[in-house]
Amino acid sequence: MSQATQQDAETGVIESVSGPVVTAQDLDARMNDVVYVGDEGLMGEVIEIEGNVTTIQVYEETSGVGPGEPVENTGEPLSVDLGPGILDAIYDGTQRPLDVLEDKMNSAFLDRGVDAPGIDLDKEWEFQPEVEAGDEVSAGDVVGIVEETVTIDHKVMVPPDYEGGEVVSVESGDHTVTETVVELDNGEEISMHQEWPVRTPRPAVEKQTPTKPLISGQRVLDGLFPIAKGGTAAIPGPFGSGKTVTQHQLAKWADADIVVYVGCGERGNEMTEVIEDFPELDDPKTGNPLMARTCLIANTSNMPVAARESCIYTGITIAEFFRDMGYDVALMADSTSRWAEAMREISSRLEEMPGEEGYPAYLSARLSQFYERAGYFENVNGTEGSVSVIGAVSPPGGDFSEPVTQNTLRIVKTFWALDADLAERRHFPSINWNESYSLYREQLDPWFEENVTEDWAEIRQWAIDVLDEEDELQEIVQLVGKDALPEDQQLTLEIARYLREGYLQQDAFHPTDTFCPPEKTYAILTAIKTYNDEAFDALDAGVPVEDLVSLDSTPQINRIGVQEDYEEYVEELKDDITEELRGMY
Amino acid sequence: MKEYETINEISGPLVYAEVDEPIGYDEIVEIETEDGRTLRGQVLESSDGLVAIQVFEGTSGIDLDASVRFLGETLKMPVTEDLLGRVMDGTGQPIDGGPEIVPESREDIIGAAINPYSREYPEEFIQTGVSAIDGMNTLVRGQKLPIFSASGLPHNELALQIARQASVPEEEEDGEDGSEFAVIFGAMGITQEEANEFMDDFERTGALERSVVFANLADDPAVERTVTPRLALTTAEYLAFEKDYHVLVILTDMTNYCEALREIGAAREEVPGRRGYPGYMYTDLATLYERAGRIEGREGSVTQLPILTMPGDDDTHPIPDLTGYITEGQIYVDRDLNSQGVQPPVNVLPSLSRLMDDGIGEGLTRGDHGDVADQMYAAYAEGEDLRDLVNIVGREALSDRDNKYLDFADDFETEFIDQGFDTNRELDDTLDIGWDLLSQLPKEELNRIDEELIKEYYDASEEVEATAD
Ligand SMILES: Nc1ncnc2c1ncn2[C@@H]1O[C@H](COP(=O)(O)OP(=O)(O)OP(=O)(O)O)[C@@H](O)[C@H]1O
Ligand SMILES: [Mg+2]
Repeated sequence: MSQATQQDAETGVIESVSGPVVTAQDLDARMNDVVYVGDEGLMGEVIEIEGNVTTIQVYEETSGVGPGEPVENTGEPLSVDLGPGILDAIYDGTQRPLDVLEDKMNSAFLDRGVDAPGIDLDKEWEFQPEVEAGDEVSAGDVVGIVEETVTIDHKVMVPPDYEGGEVVSVESGDHTVTETVVELDNGEEISMHQEWPVRTPRPAVEKQTPTKPLISGQRVLDGLFPIAKGGTAAIPGPFGSGKTVTQHQLAKWADADIVVYVGCGERGNEMTEVIEDFPELDDPKTGNPLMARTCLIANTSNMPVAARESCIYTGITIAEFFRDMGYDVALMADSTSRWAEAMREISSRLEEMPGEEGYPAYLSARLSQFYERAGYFENVNGTEGSVSVIGAVSPPGGDFSEPVTQNTLRIVKTFWALDADLAERRHFPSINWNESYSLYREQLDPWFEENVTEDWAEIRQWAIDVLDEEDELQEIVQLVGKDALPEDQQLTLEIARYLREGYLQQDAFHPTDTFCPPEKTYAILTAIKTYNDEAFDALDAGVPVEDLVSLDSTPQINRIGVQEDYEEYVEELKDDITEELRGMY
Repeated sequence: MKEYETINEISGPLVYAEVDEPIGYDEIVEIETEDGRTLRGQVLESSDGLVAIQVFEGTSGIDLDASVRFLGETLKMPVTEDLLGRVMDGTGQPIDGGPEIVPESREDIIGAAINPYSREYPEEFIQTGVSAIDGMNTLVRGQKLPIFSASGLPHNELALQIARQASVPEEEEDGEDGSEFAVIFGAMGITQEEANEFMDDFERTGALERSVVFANLADDPAVERTVTPRLALTTAEYLAFEKDYHVLVILTDMTNYCEALREIGAAREEVPGRRGYPGYMYTDLATLYERAGRIEGREGSVTQLPILTMPGDDDTHPIPDLTGYITEGQIYVDRDLNSQGVQPPVNVLPSLSRLMDDGIGEGLTRGDHGDVADQMYAAYAEGEDLRDLVNIVGREALSDRDNKYLDFADDFETEFIDQGFDTNRELDDTLDIGWDLLSQLPKEELNRIDEELIKEYYDASEEVEATAD
């Protein structure tokens, strides 16, 4: 959280306290101003003004705070600190670095009234200028570079709200983020640090149609329901169905330049897992440690609910900042339902008129405003960058008809429906292939056809058809048993089984299977297709179906995923299948 | 400290009083009734001149003349190692006739959140001696793993079995670890009979010495139930993070806790959420369940085993639903298995331990653990599915393969799950029984197990069979 300058502080007095909501009198404030509440100076934000009474949501626990205590206005909206030092950091919902808090509080438990800037203001970074005196620069332009991590060159930009002008002086070399490194003729001073109010999207020139996939290394996603770079996706599912594992998989393997992972109202241990795992994992793109491209925001379920409301905005603003540098950013929010519930909790304390299921009437508007900040953009400085947003949704009772799921599905273009039934059978990832969809599929096909294989779309359609047919046949099987079906349909069921077990299923915890490049995704399909084609030929030639479904070679299909050197394995397997089947007639 | 006789409204568990000084949110209040009783409560809302007070012991006996005292601090739990062996009521007052408790410190019962950065990821296997858990839904130190049960099912027996048998095998061997094991039992609204069941078992096994009991019984005031688990967890955190104990916290019955929340919400005329429960119930439950875990640099741990009874056996009911969304898995106690006489009647299919993957395997438990568990799930699920079909078409109409899966499912229940409440199985035995069952299936069917492991275990058990024949 940015340390707002505290001049012209206006002071009011607390009138009432109810959980995270506090009202104050005589506070001269604007909507969304940051205030410090009570004797301990707890951080809060103005969310309603009615006559002389200002309502504040407080980002920290309010036990013991009472009427009569002071409230101080900073006069600044809730903002984040932007500059080198964001990557490899872990923040709470208002961008307080959790490691710094541990230090300052000298405790493993989160104390109150301790603030800290989002980036280290004393650390020196080497500024490598990209401009020199006499150059004209305007808002958004890159004036220099800082090596933020081994992976990421941080672009120092003219803040979006600057006028711009002619460069008069440049300071290269080591500086803290607050020191001026470039000065303009109109007196504007550019440092490596800027602030931006979290509830305002950072400006861009235009949103473009996304045409590149965000490769996830997950077969069912890349193969059947791909998301685009700059796209939006929702993962709804009941508890324990795999939302978090899927989000973690994306954070680990997606081919984004930057990952912003927002743990919004979920478990502490899940964040610890990321903190412990990521430094040891290699970024599939660069081979550097994953943390070097990652920013974590952890506002767990037991942390203050108002900060849970803001953590989503903190995350997306950081994502936009890196987008402005021309990077492809992926943001995961786990779970947007907890964010919506935070809105509901605060709304009900304000005694606002409740909408559907007690959620405020503005739920749908807030959700769309958030997802609208995703996209493939032409930036103000002429570069292209993207923010992809993947939101988990936790519907009560696993019922997708509830307001958060429904309002989200109206906006996002990719829907990965998690299924409790599949999870119970340990079919992972338990993404239901009949219910899920991606509206990016067609617009991404050209990329896959150019970069992976020409028949990408064709063989995918074949797989979808087989799975559809299986779905229909299963209904009959439930009534009469498999053996009552005609032979060709029995064979289709067997092929569909391999599609499910060898292709759709993928073990996130297997060192090799956890990441599957698109080429391998395709190779697995070709192996199953070989079985399909050869087996139907054999059936036509009169081989009984019992023999066709009990080959020695086909069980190997389910092991392709765990093979490191899969190419040779698949080729041999295809030969074995062909040979075995042709030998039958 | 000022005394007020300014109560102007009493409604359900709430009392409203006028004040002329600022009163802090969550502050503790004492109310003295005309007949000389002192009741305790907590400030729920504080505005200029008026406070809403939630009275723990219930409002009966309070009238407008009762006097109100604000203690100027939030509710604290006096903690000390001497609490071990003690029995207290739901508000933390000793009821065992023992000596006065001399606290080493007094801790706020609304525990501050653990900084996620300071946590240590739980991955130390706890052997419970129950195959359904150790084999298929492994528990680790610092995990929160609830038991989803329903009325009339033996969830207490299961919880007691775990409390009795829980051990960390490696430590037993080298006997190095200085940390001791403690059980904290927080009862909310359970019957005297159920409470006796626990107490008798604790006494019989000598477990009481290393236990602290907080008991709010069915006929104790409902509002008190919102305090009981917090007292229990504050004590647990103290023993774990200050005194290096490995603490197992059993909370039962969370359903009664949630009912109390609903009652308070209704009294405050809040807008209700699903099925009348407060909209903030997720957050409220999280402030309990998240108080499990490990902290970097500390020896001890808090492991939680909350028990809840699902109203109408329905796991989409808000209580199990919100719990499942917060905890790290769940163990289902199943009515059908129970009526078949399976003990413990754990249905492994919907059960899950999310921390299992990182707590098992080579070096932690056994190299084949994960694969065996996966394969048994898949096979049992397949057998379960076929049972429906068999009812329609009969066994003869099924293929040989299908029949093998049906047999597997039956044997899995009788041999693997049904071990009885008094059997304590070593993990090795659990896994070996697993291999025995799996060897009924053709080798090609074991597609979730590494080929090397099949060679090592499956073929081995075949050979044994061959020689036995
Ligand atoms: N791709 C996968 N491979 C292997 N196991 C998986 C996979 N996805 C999920 N699982 C298993 O399912 C469990 C639950 O998954 P996860 O924690 O992601 O659920 P969730 O949907 O996030 O639940 P909640 O809403 O309660 O947070 C995991 O602990 C893991 O055991
Ligand atoms: Mg999750």
